[in-house]
Amino acid sequence: MSAAHAVVDHGHDDHGHHHKETFITKYIFSQDHKMIAKQYLITGLIMGFIGIAMSILFRMQLAWPGESFPIFEAVLGKWAPDGVMDADIYLALVTIHGTIMVFFVLTAGLSGTFSNLLIPLQIGARDMASGFLNMVSYWLFFLSSVIMVCSLFVEAGPAAAGWTIYPPLSAIPMAQPGSGAGMTLWLVSMAIFIASSLLGSLNYVVTVINLRTKGMSMTRLPLTIWAFFVTAIIGIISFPVLLSAALLMVMDRSFGTSFFLSDIFIQGEVLHYQGGSPVLYEHLFWFLGHPEVYIVLLPALGITSEVMSTNARKPIFGYRAMVASILAIAFLSTIVWGHHMFISGMNPFLGSVFTFTTLLIAIPSAVKAFNYITTLWKGNLQMNPGMLFSIGLVSTFITGGLTGIILGDSTLDINVHDTYFVVAHFHLVMGISALYGLFAGVYHWFPKMFHGRMMNKNLGYVHFWITAVCAYGVFFPMHFVGMAGVPRRYYQNTAFPMFDELTNVQILMTVFAIIAALAQLIFIYNFISSIFYGRKGGLNPWKSNTLEWTTPMEHIHGNWPGEIPHVHRWAYDYSKTYENGEYIIAGQDFVPQTVPLQDNEEEMHH
Amino acid sequence: METTVTTGTEDSVWGGGNKPLGASYGKMMMWFFIVSDALTFSGFLAAYGFSRFKFIETWPIADEVFTHVPFFHGNYPMIYVAFMTFILIMSSVTMVLAVDAGHKMKQNKVIIYMFLTIIGGAIFVGSQAWEWATFIRGDYGALETKGGRILQFVDAANDNKRIAIGDFAKSMPETREQHTKDAGIWYMGESSLPSYSLNEVLAGLKDNPNILVRTEQINEEGHKTILNRSETLAKVNQAVRVVEGANLVRNEYGSRLFADFFFFITGFHGFHVFSGVVINVIIFLNVVLGTYERRGHYEMVEKVGLYWHFVDLVWVFVFTFFYLV
Repeated sequence: MSAAHAVVDHGHDDHGHHHKETFITKYIFSQDHKMIAKQYLITGLIMGFIGIAMSILFRMQLAWPGESFPIFEAVLGKWAPDGVMDADIYLALVTIHGTIMVFFVLTAGLSGTFSNLLIPLQIGARDMASGFLNMVSYWLFFLSSVIMVCSLFVEAGPAAAGWTIYPPLSAIPMAQPGSGAGMTLWLVSMAIFIASSLLGSLNYVVTVINLRTKGMSMTRLPLTIWAFFVTAIIGIISFPVLLSAALLMVMDRSFGTSFFLSDIFIQGEVLHYQGGSPVLYEHLFWFLGHPEVYIVLLPALGITSEVMSTNARKPIFGYRAMVASILAIAFLSTIVWGHHMFISGMNPFLGSVFTFTTLLIAIPSAVKAFNYITTLWKGNLQMNPGMLFSIGLVSTFITGGLTGIILGDSTLDINVHDTYFVVAHFHLVMGISALYGLFAGVYHWFPKMFHGRMMNKNLGYVHFWITAVCAYGVFFPMHFVGMAGVPRRYYQNTAFPMFDELTNVQILMTVFAIIAALAQLIFIYNFISSIFYGRKGGLNPWKSNTLEWTTPMEHIHGNWPGEIPHVHRWAYDYSKTYENGEYIIAGQDFVPQTVPLQDNEEEMHH
Repeated sequence: METTVTTGTEDSVWGGGNKPLGASYGKMMMWFFIVSDALTFSGFLAAYGFSRFKFIETWPIADEVFTHVPFFHGNYPMIYVAFMTFILIMSSVTMVLAVDAGHKMKQNKVIIYMFLTIIGGAIFVGSQAWEWATFIRGDYGALETKGGRILQFVDAANDNKRIAIGDFAKSMPETREQHTKDAGIWYMGESSLPSYSLNEVLAGLKDNPNILVRTEQINEEGHKTILNRSETLAKVNQAVRVVEGANLVRNEYGSRLFADFFFFITGFHGFHVFSGVVINVIIFLNVVLGTYERRGHYEMVEKVGLYWHFVDLVWVFVFTFFYLV
């Protein structure tokens, strides 16, 4: 394929004519990537609302164990007799909170939203490679969300075996109330989710490979696109293995096979299962489970790179190092899964191998962290809400990453395994960090999603500062609770007198959690009201270089009314000057990617 | 990636505005889908390896399990599955020819080769069904001990060849009605009763001094261990039931996981072949109707061809791990 007739290949350039769109094809079964992005975002936010609300309920139980609250009775009904939370529903809440936040909010809600919105816009494409599959991907995600939410209403309660659904708890329907229909619905929902994720990822990958506009070489791609691209690849590689685990699990649950089960007695009766191994399940699960962490995190890191560079008015520091770190993280993420299994009964020698590979991840992660800091260094910082959340991400990424070094080492991990130390670690490093990335993305690209309207800045500041303080307020003390030995997933710790003095800390964390959750209502208000009444911020409100800001404010199918712009430089020419110190374009400190190289302009080797 | 960003990138392969891999998005999607599906199969095969390694000393020997050929009696290990594999590989060859004919825009040749591919796939799926049926029906029958181990029988008078429980079990007048949900005091139904009760087999064993027990344990020569007569009589005291054939819970061949993985992985693969055949039929009809002739290219044939080769390749692995090693 020569570049000569590439222009012809480049999708429908004749997008001047507009076919009539009905309400259904425009808002519901839309094949336009911008609309699908908004569908993902709003579905993800609704799921996030449910997930966060659940965490508040079980945080209250942890802070005031066994106490009666009218809200429990109102929300949980028969699972909170006299307003006291039942132990089974506690486990179910923890399970569904984890599932929803990891998969539905931070996988689909984050990468689904921004991959869809930004990939075509930032690489200069009319739409995704296959708009139809993109639409199917969203609707499968929607269907899986609906099934997951429905599972909350089955009689015996939703799945309660933890978001990792380890057998035998998840594999034997009579193991606990949530192991019956609730677990079945969980598996069905996740199987559909995997299909949705696969279709989405296939689209992202081929779109980035095939549909970049002329001049948009791989080394001129914004880091957001690199992050989404690599995220999609690890999604394609790791999710199918979760599907394997889930299918084998379905066989064990419903058809009597023994893949994960062996020698189990229930109520004095021996079950027929023989020879299976729950450790096998753990291997299969964590082969997905660990890359999943980076599926969640990489898009957030990509968004941060873009938002931070724009708002620091400086080129991103170490572009190629950033790309290399993304690739290194993605590769390493597939060979470290055993660090979740140090005390599972896995061969201890394997533990030392996994310790080694795990600690290697510290290298690319540190490269990224230092590059963010050096990007900020001496920058002309524009403290927009998106920027604040990006800086917040760097902070939580470092804090959570440091405890990762402890947990990645098998000898140290044994001491804090399955305690709140682990909970604190992963909430900071992937939960809060990825959420900050999501918020940064929403504040930054809101004008692109909603016809040029901006979100209210002051409400954004309030949202950020309350969230930032409260997130640390919840998870910083949690490290100490964990080091004191408090196990995760326990309904209450009142039976252990040694934990009594930690109750006050639990209350502190819960209060912070409640305040943080309330602060999200400010965001919701800001989000909804800005859709309708937000200030219009102009075509390029952040004075950014990337291609999406060259599209018109009003969405059109095909993105650019005329020809697709060509790209002549990378995405990070901020504050670039001639040798005499004058900006490349007089009076503006940024040079959009569409601007050709000027005479006398020094070509930078990034 | 080049090491420097120069103005020249516009014309390079990865410089944007063209297809760097020279493939349409649809073909690439098929490739990436195959990567994904390959990992699903890898998950299963890794799980199979993990489980088999755990029971390496008692795993059934495939040569002794898959010995049947339709319409023939006797012991023909691996013959039929080799035939199935051959057919599937040949169907891949005809698929290559179909794709090639498509490149040359020869509609009639595409029709012929697609048709042959479909036939090959159908023969494979049919053979798979027969293979399953034979596996489920079973061969010789066996006893299962309290601990869930399988005891098979050999005839010492006949060179320690396997002997079916029907050949020595003593017919006794006792009868045991099958439980059904609607009759009797049991709420639960049960699977169909074996042709011989445990007592009949045990009585027959006592009457025939030539019958010996063969355990699951593999000895140093790579054969299953055969007990002597006194060990046999002691061992059968642990038996709790007669097992004939295979299902997902227990099977007469040995380890339960053997049948579990056999059903699951060949089933999952068979499902892929079946969907492949269905997709091939759809494409075939489109070829016959001239859809691709009008479109000017036969890329759809190429895409389903990729999938078909993949399914074929997976079978090579499944065949290797289940039948050969």
